[in-house]
Amino acid sequence: MPIATSPSGQKVWQRRTRNQSMIRWAAWLVGTAIFLWCWGQISEATTWFFVWDAPAIAGDILERATPPRWSYMEKLWWPIWDTLNIATLGTIGALFLAVPVAFLAARNTTPSARFVRPIALLIIVATRSINSLIWALLLIAIIGPGVFAGVIAIAIRSIGFCAKLLYEAIEEIDRTQVEAVTATGASPLQVMAYGIVPQILPAFAGIAVFRWDINIRESTVLGLVGAGGIGLQLQASLNVLAWPQVSLILLVILFAVVVSEWVSAKVRGAII
Amino acid sequence: MSAALDARLGQPWRKPPLIKRAWLRWSLAVGAVIYLALAIASIEVNWSRVWEGLDRGAAFIMSFARPDFVSRWGDIWDGMLESVIMTVAASVVGILISIPIGLGAARNIAPLPVYVICRGIVAISRALQEVIVAILLVAIFGFGPLAGFLTLSFATIGFLSKLLAEDIESMDRVQAEAIRATGSSWMQWINYGVQPQVMPRLIGLSMYRLDINFRESAILGLVGAGGIGATLNTAFDRYEFDTAAAILLIIIGTVMALEYLSGIIRAKVQ
Amino acid sequence: MLRLEKLTKTYRTGDKALKAVDLEVPKGQVMALIGPSGAGKSTLIRCINRLVEPTSGKVWLGDVELTGLGTSALRRERRRMGMIFQEYALVERLTVMENVLSGRLGYVGFWRSLTRRYPQSDVDEAFRLLDRVGLVEMADKRADELSGGQRQRVGICRALIQNPALLLVDEPTASLDPKTSRQIMRLICELCAERGLAAIINIHDVALAQMFVSRVIGLRFGAVEFDGPPEALTPEVLTTIYGEEDWQATIRKVDEDEEVQP
Repeated sequence: MPIATSPSGQKVWQRRTRNQSMIRWAAWLVGTAIFLWCWGQISEATTWFFVWDAPAIAGDILERATPPRWSYMEKLWWPIWDTLNIATLGTIGALFLAVPVAFLAARNTTPSARFVRPIALLIIVATRSINSLIWALLLIAIIGPGVFAGVIAIAIRSIGFCAKLLYEAIEEIDRTQVEAVTATGASPLQVMAYGIVPQILPAFAGIAVFRWDINIRESTVLGLVGAGGIGLQLQASLNVLAWPQVSLILLVILFAVVVSEWVSAKVRGAII
Repeated sequence: MSAALDARLGQPWRKPPLIKRAWLRWSLAVGAVIYLALAIASIEVNWSRVWEGLDRGAAFIMSFARPDFVSRWGDIWDGMLESVIMTVAASVVGILISIPIGLGAARNIAPLPVYVICRGIVAISRALQEVIVAILLVAIFGFGPLAGFLTLSFATIGFLSKLLAEDIESMDRVQAEAIRATGSSWMQWINYGVQPQVMPRLIGLSMYRLDINFRESAILGLVGAGGIGATLNTAFDRYEFDTAAAILLIIIGTVMALEYLSGIIRAKVQ
Repeated sequence: MLRLEKLTKTYRTGDKALKAVDLEVPKGQVMALIGPSGAGKSTLIRCINRLVEPTSGKVWLGDVELTGLGTSALRRERRRMGMIFQEYALVERLTVMENVLSGRLGYVGFWRSLTRRYPQSDVDEAFRLLDRVGLVEMADKRADELSGGQRQRVGICRALIQNPALLLVDEPTASLDPKTSRQIMRLICELCAERGLAAIINIHDVALAQMFVSRVIGLRFGAVEFDGPPEALTPEVLTTIYGEEDWQATIRKVDEDEEVQP
């Protein structure tokens, strides 16, 4: 009821009623208070002496990091190849696992909405919530450091992401096309192959390329915890404060990210 | 019976291939097989090490059944609190900064020089992995949550500005023109013509980014930028799987709660 | 050939879509099913091939009772009932030929259908049908490149390649322009006559129905209100089916129409 009556008896238009605006002001006040408290905590945990010194330190690092040590490149080819493999094989592995999970999670294809669907959704949430670096840490503790742990970590992390997008695509398919295939007397597997799969194939391809692009980024840092790829060299160079090598590696990573984004945009454009 | 039918009858039928040029189709297929073979061959798997590790893997999975929240509760609490604080502060600052940058990165409302600068900021922020930014910021500002806070704010700007700009670029021109036709100033035009169109999505994306920021804050501790990650790392190093399981469960639970909350908020603003 | 006994469908919401419908369709009879939206026309058709499970009652197709069949026996019987849909319901990202051949899914094994290796006799039959409806040149086009009328022709081919004894047709002309609607209806009726098929055509357009079919069933609130030849559709009858309205124009249109086919 945004029209109120002023004391002089005239009608006054307001955007919100009195109560609504009170609640809004209170919400803003609480929000601001929470933010200020958070900032206070951060500021308390910070050694401000270092922060005031930061511009000098940053300048110092920049000076030491330039020019990049180009000759180090020859030691980077193999890690770059490993990084690419971690992303690609991890994505492929994730897709193999994500497809069945997505079909179990989609309301219109799940065999049991009460028992199977919650399990599938739990798998999706659990794998999505935890970053691939943490999965890598865990896998290294279990199967030891190396590229293999990286591939598995990327694969596990990507299951939830791919399965979520895929099951949303499955839930959006056109029911009547499925009905028409069912009406021909097709078996459930045939209904899936003829009625459902053609409808979700473009979404599937898009998701695969999109995730591959993200996985290239993620696999560049997996080496920091020992799971192979170019991150290993980054960690080694940081440990000995070899800034010219660090800057070269960062340039390589930036380049890889730009290229992978370009590739994935091209492929998605071709599909759709 | 038509001639076209005559030509077809008795002939086998095959689905027309996706890629028409035969040489391209075959070279892509062969190339993919060769790449996969090389890639798989180049992974060294120490199977005996994996075999030994399976016991530990089983122990880890079992520890989800009896997570240990108690013995390192102090560390877990401090870490989680720091993660939440970083998430909240970085989300607020990131969102506030990304609104002007998002406006500037939308070609249909910003002049070219502003557009180029804002798009540049977005591109840099998106290209740099959070962890790498965190490493650099820790080197510059020292250990602690300030580096994590700055990292997350920076990442939020890239994410949110880009999506906001895309949203503004695809908005309904007619509505915005109608407001401009009233003789409004630039600020009024944004407030009446643009903001109502993009606001629901901006709120939805902000909630989504809050969720991402929390998940990311869980790993920043690995490089010394504050949060629960350091506690988690220690737990893995000491093979304290039941504590690690407890932390992971808390993270999963928080993410689920955040997703649920953002679902409600998004449903409400739309 | 098809006999419904006390066919009843109550949805979980409590809506009674069909109330004990009794109906018999002899071999080769083309029958129109008319009635207002929500009268249960669609439900009736879908209860016959059990795309919608009937709540109670029986469906006899020849000597087989359908409602008690297990899934694989039901699939075998579905092959004898071709279905044509309102919005064509072609699988849009598959080619015309794949859509037509998908009518044979009940006959071929999974791997054969997955690898698209259909028996030569099926492929020849598909081309013959496409030729009959004038689309043989379109065989390798994707279904979503076709116009509405062309898509519905492909839908007809898909139903006919099943070699059915009965056609279940759900609003075949609902999304087509008047001229194409007539062409499609004529095609369906001609093909039924050629092959001696029975058909239940669920249709909104009363005039169009009168033009082509030999028997009309009027459905209202899930119960049969009218059953007779199209000439017997008087304004009074239409009022009982649809409610009060001036029906003269609707009916007269048929009498004056020169395109009426015998």
